[in-house]
Amino acid sequence: MDFASFLIQTLNSLQYGLLLFLVASGLTLVFGIMGIINLAHGSFYMIGAYLAFVLASATGSLFMAILLGIPLALIFGAFLEWALFAHLYKRDHLEQVLLTFGLILIFEELRSLLVGDEVHGVDIPAMFSGSIQLSEVLSYPVYRLVISAVCIVLAVALYFVIQRTRLGMMIRAGNHDRTMVEALGININMIYRVVFALGVALAALAGMLASPISSVFPNMGSHVLIISFVIVVIGGIGSVWGALAAALIVGFADTFGKVLLPELSGMVVYIVMAGVLLWRPEGIFKKG
Amino acid sequence: MKVQAPLILKLMALAILACVPLTGESFYTELIAKTLVLAIFAMSLDLLVGFTGLVSFGHAAYFGVAAYAVAQLSPKYEAASLWFVLPASVGLSALVALFVGLFVLRTKGIYFIMVTLAFAQLAFFVFHDTPLGGGSDGIYLNVKPTAEIAGWVPFDLDNQQHLYYFILAMLVAVYAFLSRILQSPFGRVLVGIKSNEHRMQSMGYITFRYKLAAFALAGGLGGIAGFLYAVVFGFVTPELLSWHQSGNVLLMVILGGMGNLVGAIAGAFLFTGMQEVFATWTKHWQLVMGSVIVAAVLFLPGGLAAIPGRIKRSLQGGGSHE
Repeated sequence: MDFASFLIQTLNSLQYGLLLFLVASGLTLVFGIMGIINLAHGSFYMIGAYLAFVLASATGSLFMAILLGIPLALIFGAFLEWALFAHLYKRDHLEQVLLTFGLILIFEELRSLLVGDEVHGVDIPAMFSGSIQLSEVLSYPVYRLVISAVCIVLAVALYFVIQRTRLGMMIRAGNHDRTMVEALGININMIYRVVFALGVALAALAGMLASPISSVFPNMGSHVLIISFVIVVIGGIGSVWGALAAALIVGFADTFGKVLLPELSGMVVYIVMAGVLLWRPEGIFKKG
Repeated sequence: MKVQAPLILKLMALAILACVPLTGESFYTELIAKTLVLAIFAMSLDLLVGFTGLVSFGHAAYFGVAAYAVAQLSPKYEAASLWFVLPASVGLSALVALFVGLFVLRTKGIYFIMVTLAFAQLAFFVFHDTPLGGGSDGIYLNVKPTAEIAGWVPFDLDNQQHLYYFILAMLVAVYAFLSRILQSPFGRVLVGIKSNEHRMQSMGYITFRYKLAAFALAGGLGGIAGFLYAVVFGFVTPELLSWHQSGNVLLMVILGGMGNLVGAIAGAFLFTGMQEVFATWTKHWQLVMGSVIVAAVLFLPGGLAAIPGRIKRSLQGGGSHE
């Protein structure tokens, strides 16, 4: 592998890993803070991609689609939390699995009813449609760099919100001890709703950003969901930074696995996970 | 408290099932044969979920491994011997489950659910991507295994009636085996692990070994179902290992009320029944199925098995609220 193609694979790994981080961070927060296993989280990614497709076709621009899509996703997330997930906090994991499994069926069929089962493409915004020449034959698309940049900005923003704001303090406290937070007079239900809506919006945004490069197709959420589970397992439940590190590990393992071991491509990520389970069953970054 | 169906009811149900092929309706015979296969599958998962308290979301892997094993172990245009392929494929499923169990049983709770799912997905990719599986189209089992022993053929799996009774016999055998296991000291330990694992540990049981044994056993029994599935349908695809399959079988176990073998069988029938009925209403039957599931979780905590208790309470208590 020469330097230019190594560079391309490295950038691809970063971009894929960072995109997965957007999905997995919401998943791990919802696990860590609310104790909920949400199988439907991958559906939010799928819904985001379809929103991007529908809104971009209507408005003619992916920018507008994302600008309109994020508030829609936030509202949708808050609504779901209010209507369904708020009833699940005191239930056991099995019932959570069941309800969210049912939700996947509903979301996929609604998608099929409303948009159909065809594969759709979404155009890359014109200003990012170019590519950077790396060598005489190899070039790198600007849009993928934009995705990475957006994800990095969001990761920094998430860090700032969680570590430096009052809301973040409440979220961290809720992660630690729900009863104590309530005893201090903080409205934990409001925190839950905010965190859940945020998680939905992040996953949907990942789907919107990915739609031009991955195209938009049925069941696109299920692969992302399972990979996000792997990330949460590697990173440790509830740890956003663990999720970031694990997402990058998965991004690199998957991308370089496809290049170096093409016949095992689908499996590399799971083999990494198996290794982590042997080494640290609680995830790499889980504290005590 | 567990609801135990009286023996007489079980025998009546068995008699009804035994009469199905006599009607000569080949469509219904095949549908019920398929349901019986799923019932075996559901019972095998119930050993983990209902009795040991291990919520495995990757049980389809062991179903699929055995199904692929039959297809791969059978010669292309000749019949394999049933007495070889059945134990071989079931043994392989149990071995794979034993191996996976070494990893997944290091985790608990939410982790366990996710990790079993991830390992099932790994198995899915093994059959989807490598020459073992023949890609997303799957492979055909051209000739069903033969039951011949030294020139004598006790039954013929190519005959729909014979196949049906063979499956029914396997169902009864798995049921009897699991009932026996659950009565044994081993089974009591499993139930003990479900209710309080720490306590079992402090009593000196190395619970990991018991859980591993249960996991491998459940994998092997799930393999019986996978074997039968491949024989009934004559082809296998990676879809057999998909997480939808794992979700569906979990659904059957829960529908029937966990920790109840007859319930697992009933759950398989209920699930197939709902699927068939909804599919006649609309192409988008999964929408109805999903809504039923969501509504059931929201409004029926404890599942269908809790309904008799609720009715009883409301009759006795006259409108007291829980």
